[in-house]
Amino acid sequence: MLDATEGYTTADGRKIGGVVMEMKNITLRFGGVTAIQDISFDIREGEIRAIIGPNGAGKSSMLNVISGFYVPQEGEVWFRGARRPQMRPYQVAQQGIARTFQNIALFEGMSVLDNVMTGRLTEMKASIWTQALWKGPAEREEVANREIAEKVIDFLEIQHIRKTPVSRLPYGLKKRVELARALASEPKLLLLDEPMAGMNVEEKEDMSRFILDVNDEFGTTIALIEHDMGVVMDLSDRVVVMDYGKKIGDGSPDEVRNNQAVIDAYLGVAHD
Amino acid sequence: MAETTAGAEGLRSLPALLHHNATRFANSPAYREKEFGIWQSWTWAETEAEIEALALGLMKLGLAEGDFVAIIGRNRPYLYWAMVAVQMAGAVPVPLYQDAVAEEMAYVLGHCGARFVIAGDQEQVDKVIEVQDQLHQFEHMVYLDPRGLRKYDHSRLHPYSDVQAQGRAARDELMPEMTRRRDALDYDDTCIMLYTSGTTGRPKGVVLSNRNIIESARSSAEFDHLGRGEEVLAYLPMAWVGDFIFSVGQGYWAGFCINCPESPDTMLTDLREIGPSYFFAPPRIFETLLTTVMIRMEDAGRLKKRMFDYFMAHARKVGPAILDGKPVSGWDRFKYRIGSLLVYGPLKNTMGFSKIRVGYTAGEAIGPEIFDFYRSLGINLKQLYGQTEATVFITVQPDGEVRADTVGVPAPGVELRIDESGEVFYRSPGAFVEYYKNPESTADTKDPEGWVATGDAGFIEEDTGHLRIIDRAKDVGKMADGAMFAPKYVENKLKFYPNILEAVVFGAGRDRCCAFINIDLSAVGSWAERNNIAYASYQELAGHPKVLDMIQGHVEEVNRSIAEDPMLSACQVHRFLVLHKELDADDGELTRTRKVRRKIIGEKFADLVEALYDGSDSVYTETEVTYEDGRKGKIRATLEIRDAATVSLQRRPMAAE
Repeated sequence: MLDATEGYTTADGRKIGGVVMEMKNITLRFGGVTAIQDISFDIREGEIRAIIGPNGAGKSSMLNVISGFYVPQEGEVWFRGARRPQMRPYQVAQQGIARTFQNIALFEGMSVLDNVMTGRLTEMKASIWTQALWKGPAEREEVANREIAEKVIDFLEIQHIRKTPVSRLPYGLKKRVELARALASEPKLLLLDEPMAGMNVEEKEDMSRFILDVNDEFGTTIALIEHDMGVVMDLSDRVVVMDYGKKIGDGSPDEVRNNQAVIDAYLGVAHD
Repeated sequence: MAETTAGAEGLRSLPALLHHNATRFANSPAYREKEFGIWQSWTWAETEAEIEALALGLMKLGLAEGDFVAIIGRNRPYLYWAMVAVQMAGAVPVPLYQDAVAEEMAYVLGHCGARFVIAGDQEQVDKVIEVQDQLHQFEHMVYLDPRGLRKYDHSRLHPYSDVQAQGRAARDELMPEMTRRRDALDYDDTCIMLYTSGTTGRPKGVVLSNRNIIESARSSAEFDHLGRGEEVLAYLPMAWVGDFIFSVGQGYWAGFCINCPESPDTMLTDLREIGPSYFFAPPRIFETLLTTVMIRMEDAGRLKKRMFDYFMAHARKVGPAILDGKPVSGWDRFKYRIGSLLVYGPLKNTMGFSKIRVGYTAGEAIGPEIFDFYRSLGINLKQLYGQTEATVFITVQPDGEVRADTVGVPAPGVELRIDESGEVFYRSPGAFVEYYKNPESTADTKDPEGWVATGDAGFIEEDTGHLRIIDRAKDVGKMADGAMFAPKYVENKLKFYPNILEAVVFGAGRDRCCAFINIDLSAVGSWAERNNIAYASYQELAGHPKVLDMIQGHVEEVNRSIAEDPMLSACQVHRFLVLHKELDADDGELTRTRKVRRKIIGEKFADLVEALYDGSDSVYTETEVTYEDGRKGKIRATLEIRDAATVSLQRRPMAAE
């Protein structure tokens, strides 16, 4: 079904392009603990790719490898047809990769708008001196970046909390603000670490809609980790299943659902 | 500010008024909308160009004279333009409530046979697509916000901007025809059709002519000296006649600027930024604002709270008198001025009422305490009484004659009559033409001489000439012993308490009154937080014994206040329960304008009503609810029923059995 370069067409008629990112035989260890063991998969242009698995399966570690935060002991990360060297997080961001965190990592004391604006930092070129002068390039740059931030705020429907300090927001909205900050950098690849953890049904539905809309409107490639199987199966085009650091399944939601190894991992297996 | 389009006599349609304003006030702002955090504005000249482009585009799509065009969405300049563009093309706009569910929309669209629908966003487009198979005349839909609609089948779906672009391209070809249609609009042609939400039965399409709209806008603008300098926030449902008159009729007549909020959730922030000079809101909005203020004051520091309480008490004493220009002692005036500096001014600023010159409330009776609160701050809040069929205005309160318990004197050009049963009738230039395709209802409501029945019971005060409305004529009943039963009167008193969102009183034909109560989640929730009361859901909070104690206190206070009016003292609430769910328009319990449908509630919760009267202490019930996406579910609860102390006519406290 898959062709290395050609891509494929989803059930709802979206065209998925070629490989954007490829993980080749990744192994990650923390001392004696092997978090990820020899895992390979790819992420294609324009798709929503999910990584699922039971607790402790190594999903977040995998996402940290993709985002360049962890460096695997073995294996290679290929991004846009080239092997990616070891990078600092800001260099990863400059490449067009943005992420959200499982435990929200916003600047609590700052307003929603300011938090979203931090997503534009990699685009701000004015030096500290021109910033201090303000008039001229620094101001133009700020206005241009603010416009992008405002479009994201409009898109995610958080206008009413624009000036509210993040610390005063409920959990579900904080998650949305984090997504807004990630989107503000206009990423090519968006990494979402459990975007729906701890949300109620309505908040989950809202978040799902936003994720789909982001993918639809901006063509952003999305890789997400999620616990809620229902959400994952509805949202994603392809799913990687991990268990104890190993890949036990990879394919469309339907394929994964009927995969015996996956069923065993989730429902348990009778040992005799 | 005094300059109005007084020379606009002879302008007999909204497109004609638009053209007049675009000529006279070409560069003054006509519309503003906050988008991407900035107020964007359009002048009258730009507005006319936008509207013309849309009208031509719609004609290009095949819009014919006399067609009906449904318009659904939140308040946005583009949708207000759509209404006038439709008129310019000789068709009739039919604005619909944006929160209507698909079946309700199907009925209205089918009833008027709309060929075109102009929708605000994906949500509205989806609803129309869901029911389009039932609509034989439906042809094209124009949408405003393209988000999420990219993959939809575009054979009958057109983006708003594309329609305008096509209109601009076809300008040379279609302009003569459009000019002909616009100039052909006569004073007695239909201006707009509005569906009344209807407390009972199917919605009815109220046909209003250009005469109705323009005459009402003109006389009311003159009554309150509205000029082109007014600032108005358009946030009420576009399908409601009030919004059409205030945001379109009067705006076009006087030439003032209409401001649209950024999103429904930002309304209070936008209100504060705009600082309207002329403001209209149903009592619910004033209640919500007051509740917000009260909640925040509960959390304020001790000094601020004491200052607030002290000066508010003073304001209640002398504020309304100062506003009405009545004599007040110098010391009291001085103290009021200090209060303005420390409390009233900042408070008005927070609520966005700093610049308000005239404020109106209507739609339902407002609690006197709420009304006086705003008046005492120096906000010229007045009441008016009206309905869709009258193009809003039946009676209004003139400056200086404002009271909480009346709805004012007949508006300019309105004649009033009270019939033997106490029902109020009126005749006016604003009286509607007919109910669309419903001659029986038209005949029932409007007699050949032009008198229209309001369905409300009231009387005219002998000495002042003010009208007082008691209740809906069919709701005012008798109790078993023949005493007058006016449920709304009691409900309004209960609803003044920030903790009570909604109340439904029963008692017609019974020996005593009982009530259902809905708590206000934001107010009671904040109270629970302060008192360390844990709760997981609305239902749990509503059933908490301490909440019941608090509500019981409110009910008993209301009973004491009702007992002071000998005519209505029989309406004291003997027993009550706190409902386990919020009353909701989606479940048919409220109308879209959030009026209580007492009869439907009585039938739906018949088991609870029964329990109120049979003396039991608690009752188990199951209720079907509709979720936002249309799915249905059930909630189960065991509700506690409380007895409330009542005051007997001899003013002797008496515990209920």
